[in-house]
Amino acid sequence: MLRYVVVRLAQGLVAIFLVSIVTFSLMHLAPGDPVSLFVGEAQVTQEQVDMLRHKWGLDQPVYRQYLRWLGNLLRGDFGQSLIIRPGASVANIIKEAAPLTIKLNLLALFFSVALALPAGIIAGIKRNSLFDYVSVVGSTLGVALPNFWVALVSIIVFGSMLGWLPTYGLSSWTGYILPVAVLALDHTAVLTRLMRGATQEVLGQEYVTTARAKGLGQAALLSRHVVRNALLPIVTVIGYRIAFLLSGTIVIETVFALPGLGRVFINSVYRFDYQVVQAVVLLLAIVVVLGNLLTDLVYTYVDPRIRIR
Amino acid sequence: MQSTHEQSAAAAAALSANARPQRSELSRIWRRFRRHRLGLAGLTFIGLLVVTALLADVLAPYSPIQSVSGMRGVGPSWSHPLGFDHIGRDILSRIIFGTRIALIVGLGATGIAVTIGVLVGATAGYFGGWVDNLLSRAVDTLMAFPTLVLLIALTAVVGPSLRTVVIVIGATVWAQYARVVRADTLSLRERDFTLAARVAGATNTRIILRHLVPNVLGPVIVLASLAVGGIIIYESTLSFLGLGIQPPEPSWGGMLADGRAYIVHYPHIAIAPGAMITLTVLAFNLLGDGLRDALDPRTRD
Repeated sequence: MLRYVVVRLAQGLVAIFLVSIVTFSLMHLAPGDPVSLFVGEAQVTQEQVDMLRHKWGLDQPVYRQYLRWLGNLLRGDFGQSLIIRPGASVANIIKEAAPLTIKLNLLALFFSVALALPAGIIAGIKRNSLFDYVSVVGSTLGVALPNFWVALVSIIVFGSMLGWLPTYGLSSWTGYILPVAVLALDHTAVLTRLMRGATQEVLGQEYVTTARAKGLGQAALLSRHVVRNALLPIVTVIGYRIAFLLSGTIVIETVFALPGLGRVFINSVYRFDYQVVQAVVLLLAIVVVLGNLLTDLVYTYVDPRIRIR
Repeated sequence: MQSTHEQSAAAAAALSANARPQRSELSRIWRRFRRHRLGLAGLTFIGLLVVTALLADVLAPYSPIQSVSGMRGVGPSWSHPLGFDHIGRDILSRIIFGTRIALIVGLGATGIAVTIGVLVGATAGYFGGWVDNLLSRAVDTLMAFPTLVLLIALTAVVGPSLRTVVIVIGATVWAQYARVVRADTLSLRERDFTLAARVAGATNTRIILRHLVPNVLGPVIVLASLAVGGIIIYESTLSFLGLGIQPPEPSWGGMLADGRAYIVHYPHIAIAPGAMITLTVLAFNLLGDGLRDALDPRTRD
């Protein structure tokens, strides 16, 4: 068990290291030199350009630039924004934007789990019922719907036609309803489908038949045997889907004009603010790696069958 | 030498339990698939899309690019069933031409991803050791990025266009194929037919391409058909964010992006592109479900 934890931790660290190399190389392949992007239309002399290049270490070999960047990262220095907020530290920009993104994702995660688990369990138990049918159709559609379109249609319907909900900004809590609902949609669909499948599978296991045969009541059977076992695979999936949630946030924050990390990312992409792009990509990838790592560890903890090995 | 080589390879293939699908195997798969009504519906819809894409020039009643003056945002009518967009272009014609882009990206990127994934997975699984370690770390690294985040950064770096979107998506989403193929190859390389091929003197490349790859294609086809829908969503999302297909090319996601500022005044321009994306993604997902049941009866639900 301890060996497994150490190995997984080491793999996670290697993945983060490789991710940092990929991210760094990516931004170095990008067209446009930071100095000319920073200077823009302003008239500058060659000496001033050289001075900036030297100041930012652009006159050094690429591997040195990478090591310098990595060293700064480890000290919590993510560099400076050159364009979207010239001179501001990237760490501060992220610190300001991240809480909203975290809040949106946690809310979406909470509601999708709260909705999908009961729905999937009921659909799995009452096989071929109307409820089962509705959940299958709903989750199949939910996966196929592009979230930016659902966002646009919900703005038309609830914002402009019915006028029930605000379609941008977060001046009151009602502003969260549409973004969180759209963000949670595809997650809910996937989890419902998986939970239904897992429940059906557990119901077909021999230990469930045994429990039934010894006269265990339906309620006890479901809570003690079925749900607990069916939840196991779901735990993993929730962890592995963090990457999808984060992808969704970018779209949702853009459509609903929310000042989170997703919008910082997309704005810095539009305006070639590579320091910011680099930092956000790296940060999100680290979140995914840590999420997967945590999931694996939690999984070995909750599933005794794995722990023994 | 060459002929004995062929013979022993054929014998090896015949020995294996799941050799490359012969005609009878294909017809068995088709018989199983046909029973899956939703899968059949998906296949039919995709067939219609392919025809639409091929005959777009004939089928589209108007130009997808040319705008008609004085018709900005005019709603549906008999001659223009889906109405006009915010600058007076016929929406139906744009939808019809958009089919091309959706299919080119969906199928093209999937083709690239499957090729990379199968080769990487088979190589890692067959050779094992440091090759496997190296390739597996590459797969892990790729999987650490939220796909859309990586796609956005990459398209921004290489510059958005139809070609770059196909290549960038294909080069980003191959990791899942590599994982599946690697796992299958690990068990296949110990089987007798691989051994027989090696004894017969087949080179590593030949064993991988002629003996291992054909045997892992079943699950890969299922995964690929299930992934096309997701890729079409990625393309439309990129185009919606302005980082995919560039206007005036009629991509469905791009149509929603162009019209976004006007949807409150002309809601009809937001409906058709989104509905087409949804139906297309749905069709590929249903086809994938059907194929999974037909190719792998064990997982039928």
